[in-house]
Amino acid sequence: MLEAKSLSCVREDRLLFEGLSLKVKPGQIIQVEGPNGVGKTSLFRLLVGLMTPYHGQVLWQGVPISDDRETYQQNLLYLGHQSGVKPELSALENLRFYQKMFEPSYQGDLYSVLAQVGLAGLEDMPAAQLSAGQQRRVALARLWISTAPLWILDEPFTAIDKNGVKVLEQLFVKHAQDQGMILLTTHQDLNLPVADFSKLAMIKPSLEDMYVGVGAD
Amino acid sequence: MWKWLHPYAKAQTSYELAGKLIPWFTIVCCISFAVGLVWGLAFAPADYQQGDSFRIIYIHVPAAILSMGAYTSMAVAAFIGLVWQIRLSDMAVAAMAPVGAVFTFIALFTGAAWGKPMWGAWWVWDARLTSELILLFLYLGVIALYNAFSDKVLAGRAAGILTLVGVINIPIIHYSVEWWNTLHQGASITKFDKPSIALSMLWPLLIMLLAFATFFGALMLMRFRNEILQRESHRPWVKALVMGGK
Amino acid sequence: MINAFYQVMRRELLTAFRRIADVFNPLWFFIIVITLFPLGVGPEPQLLLRIAPGIIWVAALLASLLSLERLFKDDFSDGGLEQLMLSPYPLSLLVTAKIIAHWLLTGLPIILISPLIAVLLSLDFNTYWAVLFTLLIGTPILSFIGAIGVALTVGLRKGGVILSLIMLPLCIPVLIFSTMAIDAANFGQSYIGALAIMGAMLVTAITLAPFAVAASLRVSVS
Repeated sequence: MLEAKSLSCVREDRLLFEGLSLKVKPGQIIQVEGPNGVGKTSLFRLLVGLMTPYHGQVLWQGVPISDDRETYQQNLLYLGHQSGVKPELSALENLRFYQKMFEPSYQGDLYSVLAQVGLAGLEDMPAAQLSAGQQRRVALARLWISTAPLWILDEPFTAIDKNGVKVLEQLFVKHAQDQGMILLTTHQDLNLPVADFSKLAMIKPSLEDMYVGVGAD
Repeated sequence: MWKWLHPYAKAQTSYELAGKLIPWFTIVCCISFAVGLVWGLAFAPADYQQGDSFRIIYIHVPAAILSMGAYTSMAVAAFIGLVWQIRLSDMAVAAMAPVGAVFTFIALFTGAAWGKPMWGAWWVWDARLTSELILLFLYLGVIALYNAFSDKVLAGRAAGILTLVGVINIPIIHYSVEWWNTLHQGASITKFDKPSIALSMLWPLLIMLLAFATFFGALMLMRFRNEILQRESHRPWVKALVMGGK
Repeated sequence: MINAFYQVMRRELLTAFRRIADVFNPLWFFIIVITLFPLGVGPEPQLLLRIAPGIIWVAALLASLLSLERLFKDDFSDGGLEQLMLSPYPLSLLVTAKIIAHWLLTGLPIILISPLIAVLLSLDFNTYWAVLFTLLIGTPILSFIGAIGVALTVGLRKGGVILSLIMLPLCIPVLIFSTMAIDAANFGQSYIGALAIMGAMLVTAITLAPFAVAASLRVSVS
């Protein structure tokens, strides 16, 4: 279970959000919604440990993630805006690198994984020659080999076509049924026929809130 | 453990504590400056070799000692900030760096001015002066890095890491420069090779050292307070402080 | 863990070989800077021999600075760095792999073309050996120290100037000891002492720098 306790985020002396708490339980999918600039990406980066919260803490199975980074990261798959795909390497080489780093015990066939994300026949082409959507698919292919229970996905559908979105939605449902947890942001309307799908709306604090910080002390 | 203890109140307490300390530092600084300068410049005996020109040590030596002391305290603060993730500590690093840099510059400037009558040149690649020059570069690096970040919390952490890297390097730099110096110039005259200094000269020097140390403390605390106010400007207590017109 | 180290290094080398031109650029820079000195001060062999250690090492310092800038830049902008930080392995280990790969691509080529420098600056055989040894021990130190500076400045828009500002002063000991060793060889003296000190500095850099780099990257990425 992932738990965030009263997180505050301050960027460049400006308060993005304050006192944000959330819980993600196995089988749950949470879509974080909100206008641009409300701090969705910052929230995700706090949750995965790339940023340290100004106040508050993030717990994985009841342990602060800063205390046991390794266990947390073994259970986590995070995809940010930039997908970490090297343009010089082929789709297969990119995927294989992440497989060896994150899922060293994976035994399956990487070609079939790439075929599932619609990259059949493009496996050995340098990623630089792929379109933006295809590059995104290379990164998303990691979801198919992942055994991590917690997925945190920042805008996973960027540059993905309708059909690709449908395939991904099915994968999300399957992951949730397998007691996985998903946190994601997207501006798409998700169609997830799964019991435990909820939305978390982040609203922009008023100017007053931003600079005075109501609720502290 | 105390990382989570009153995280909000801590900045405020430090701010108030610093405010209470500043007058004391200022008073001690003013008195010791007056006493030290008058004693050192007017009453202490002249050096039998260098005449009156040696009197610049009453500025040069305290500035040089403080320039190194300031870097060391920055490193201590940076270490605390890094290990226990205390933001106030990083702010202290940022508050000290420019003050330390100015002290280093004073030491360099007075060193050069002293070099003119001693060596007949404004600048000599003496080991101590060269080390001091490199120390100035290290200070400038820390300041430049701090200013380059737009998020000042990150800037403080980055400056802290650089300070720590620098403090590990300082002894290495010092010895390498010393060795370089002996190799290239033979046995040059160093300014401090006298085995002992007369007590009548030492007392004013110590008083001046106290003056410089308290001067550093007062300046640093003032900058530290400003730093806290800027970083915490979104907190209610700062708002209340500003509104209260204090 | 060794596998992760190997994977990162392999990917690093593979990416570099796909863009081999980038590997040569710092090398041309190094040779051009060295050529500038005889053009600037005159071609007398005596004079060149006297200033050769300084020229070689200042050029090596600038070349490594130039090439280091790219060490984390691509990974930072394509999100690969975040993924490395979130992998279940210690970040300090992974950055060590990156730094070593980087040295193989920038430091090693400089050593390989060093005979050419010996010819250009009319070094004798004994002095050339000293140049070779100091480059062999000294350039990895530059890579490890420089990586700290790069890690601190990778997120900044105008990081390049700041990088040189913070890195060059830290490299002064390397410059001093290596030129000292070459000078000693020039006069026919033993230079083992200077090399031993540089070896000690290299060991220190390898043990401590990765942690500083990892901590700096965490600051830069957040």
